[in-house]
Amino acid sequence: MKKNKLSEGLVEILLRISAGASVLAIIIITVFIFYKGIPLIAKVGIIDFLFNLKWVPTNGSFGIGAMVIGSLAVTFCSLVWSVPLGIMTAILMAEIAPPKLADVLARFVELLAGIPSVVYGFFGLIVIVPFIRNHLGGVGLSVLAGAIVLGIMILPTIINISRDAILAIPKEYKENSLALGATHYQSIFRVILPAASSGIITAIVLGLGRAIGETMAVLMVTGNAAVLPDSLLAPVRTMTSNIVLEMGYAAGDHQAALFATGTVLFIFIVILNLAVSISMKAGTENGN
Amino acid sequence: MFNRKKYFHYFILGSLLFMSLAVIGCGGSEKKDTANQGQSGELSGSITIAGSTSVQPFSEVLAEEFMTKYPGTEVNVQGGGSSQGVTAVVSKTADIGSVSRELKEEEKAENLKEYTLALDGIAIAVNPANKVEGLTLEQLKNIYLGNITNWSEVGGSDADITLVNREAGSGTRGAFEELVMGEDTISDKAIVQNSTGAVKTIIESDKNAIGYISLAVTDDKVKAVKIEGIEATADNIISGQYKIARPFIYITAEEPRGLAKAFIDYALSDEGQAIVVEEGAISKTLK
Amino acid sequence: MATRGKEKIITVLFWLSALVITAILAGIIGYIVVKGISAINWEFISQPPSRAGKEGGISTTIIGTIYLTLVALLIAVPLGVGAALYLEEYGRKNTMFGYVLKLTAETLAGIPSIVYGLFGFVFFVIFLNMGWSILSGGLTLAIMILPTITRTSQEAVIAVPQEYRSNSFALGATKWYTIKRLILPAAAPGIITGIILSAGRAVGESAAVLLTAGSSLGMPLNITDPARTMAVHLYILAIEGISMERAFGTALLIIVLILIINYLANWSVRKVVRQ
Repeated sequence: MKKNKLSEGLVEILLRISAGASVLAIIIITVFIFYKGIPLIAKVGIIDFLFNLKWVPTNGSFGIGAMVIGSLAVTFCSLVWSVPLGIMTAILMAEIAPPKLADVLARFVELLAGIPSVVYGFFGLIVIVPFIRNHLGGVGLSVLAGAIVLGIMILPTIINISRDAILAIPKEYKENSLALGATHYQSIFRVILPAASSGIITAIVLGLGRAIGETMAVLMVTGNAAVLPDSLLAPVRTMTSNIVLEMGYAAGDHQAALFATGTVLFIFIVILNLAVSISMKAGTENGN
Repeated sequence: MFNRKKYFHYFILGSLLFMSLAVIGCGGSEKKDTANQGQSGELSGSITIAGSTSVQPFSEVLAEEFMTKYPGTEVNVQGGGSSQGVTAVVSKTADIGSVSRELKEEEKAENLKEYTLALDGIAIAVNPANKVEGLTLEQLKNIYLGNITNWSEVGGSDADITLVNREAGSGTRGAFEELVMGEDTISDKAIVQNSTGAVKTIIESDKNAIGYISLAVTDDKVKAVKIEGIEATADNIISGQYKIARPFIYITAEEPRGLAKAFIDYALSDEGQAIVVEEGAISKTLK
Repeated sequence: MATRGKEKIITVLFWLSALVITAILAGIIGYIVVKGISAINWEFISQPPSRAGKEGGISTTIIGTIYLTLVALLIAVPLGVGAALYLEEYGRKNTMFGYVLKLTAETLAGIPSIVYGLFGFVFFVIFLNMGWSILSGGLTLAIMILPTITRTSQEAVIAVPQEYRSNSFALGATKWYTIKRLILPAAAPGIITGIILSAGRAVGESAAVLLTAGSSLGMPLNITDPARTMAVHLYILAIEGISMERAFGTALLIIVLILIINYLANWSVRKVVRQ
């Protein structure tokens, strides 16, 4: 009996350790990313580091302004087309399509989510980039190519979360609206979408987070010129590409600057995620 | 419910967990080191070569042949880049580092041992469909400064030049900047790729592109233009007439021993140098 | 009448969006299948690459992928399932610790893979001196997939009917005995779904793996050996223009692997639902 109690206690301790592992992991990640990145940001000055457009790391000029704007530009352009498309698909799956067909579509979306980013990058490099070069002009490696590839990659995030949000709306909402004489579409646009709006916004924000953080696919199709893009067809470099692109040969302050780029990215994503988590918590509490 | 003491416990327990993982990791690498020292008679064990992506293909083929010759040995070849090669050797992450440029002053201060594996010319490559056959160093510099933006300005057809550059820190870029650009910086409008192969891929597919790549990888899919009327060939590089060239160097942290020594000796032997030449670089000892 | 017309247009637009999604998926998979199928034969799968991947097959990268994924799962599954049990079975979900853990999991899930790569590079590769290795890559991947495994295991454990527990306790069984004999078996299909999905993520990951497991083409035998995964191999083949034919072949094999993983996941989900 005593032995039993002992092993029970041991199991609980082991389980507690496993639960603590992820907390420990995030602490170590934060410590190491900050430790490698913050000194350089402090040295350069945060304003200069974030907004200076001049990136000549081998010559002591560390400004990632062009990359910050590059990341935002590519992300924004990808959202412009994937958000409407994703939300419409989500509505179709949740409200319009017969359940069997919606399930098939859900499987397709799952597959899209499962395809690795290098495969998207490869497809972009082989198909989309030459298409842009031959039919729209420019070099092909461009903001547009990045926006197309990224948009495809974040579609599953947008569709799945929006669909869940729409499905979570109580049936009575729609029934009441229909009973009051509204058509199916009027109920969708006036009742269901507003009710699901916070979930849909979450979907967009998480899609945005994914797009900002995506690396390999973007690296392969955007041309990576560290300069402000002046058109959709101009090459652009994102913060993520900057890291992979230059990590190989970087040393000293240059390497530190790449870690600092990672630090900025990390802080940005963590704030974005915390905002979503906390607002979602607030949302469910209101709902209750 | 939320007390500090409890958290402290999690922290301690978690640290123990990670430390035990660390021990596993260190245990593994220690085993590797002792294996290297079994140098009397039979060669065995494993070594890691890390560094320049320009040297990587050479190291890979050399490693392949070396391992066939000495079964029971293992030579791991990593990319990473020249600077990472130096870092890896200094931090003992790799046994041999590879560098595709002259060592910098601060790197020389680390007391590294250097072995010149080969010479490599940097070819100025354009698409085979491009009419331009040769450029002067001045024209080349102005193209990379962004002053010349159309091929018609240097005798080609009327089309915008697609400028392809390597990433900051690249050995090839360092060599190109030193040999061609002097004090001036390359236009930031250029497309940036982080490997020789990636630059070549763009030149193959974009008929208006220009880039600088290792002569070793230049084949009939791209065209190397003459510089100042001199063709980029091995003879012209050894004789010093073709100006855009650099060394491939192997480095070690201390006097190499065991497997690392055997591998470097092999790479510098006639047999190893023949492989280097076969793969497209220029041997100093073997014509 | 006007609204009817408008609604018709809207219906068409909605269906069109589904069509676009389907076309994108079919386009990508179809293109890679058509271009890649000719590269695939037994030699391609069973032979190691030679001349940096220009010739030979991709056997070492297949082994590298499987090896790395298994190591990551081996580390992450006990931790993830353990965390789920601790939160759900030991009633810690609604404590402050539970909330912190939930936030942690959500944050970990959102961190871009390149940041994991940077972290794995400084922490495992350099600080803990593990070098570029299966171990460094596996540990990094394990942290990446930990949130997924924890969350899916939590859902699976919650879904086990409450009577299982009360009956077992009534018969005098201890907590751990109840978990081991009743709850874990009942939750197993759900947990397995999570594991399969995480395996998919590990298989497809490239940025983090490149920085932590290296890109050596050798056959990884030891856990301290570096390795190149199929995803990293595809990246290098394509971006360096080493061999487009082999790049397509590698891409196709990755897609086939992902299809199998998806199929298995769906199959185990159906099993859960049937239960």
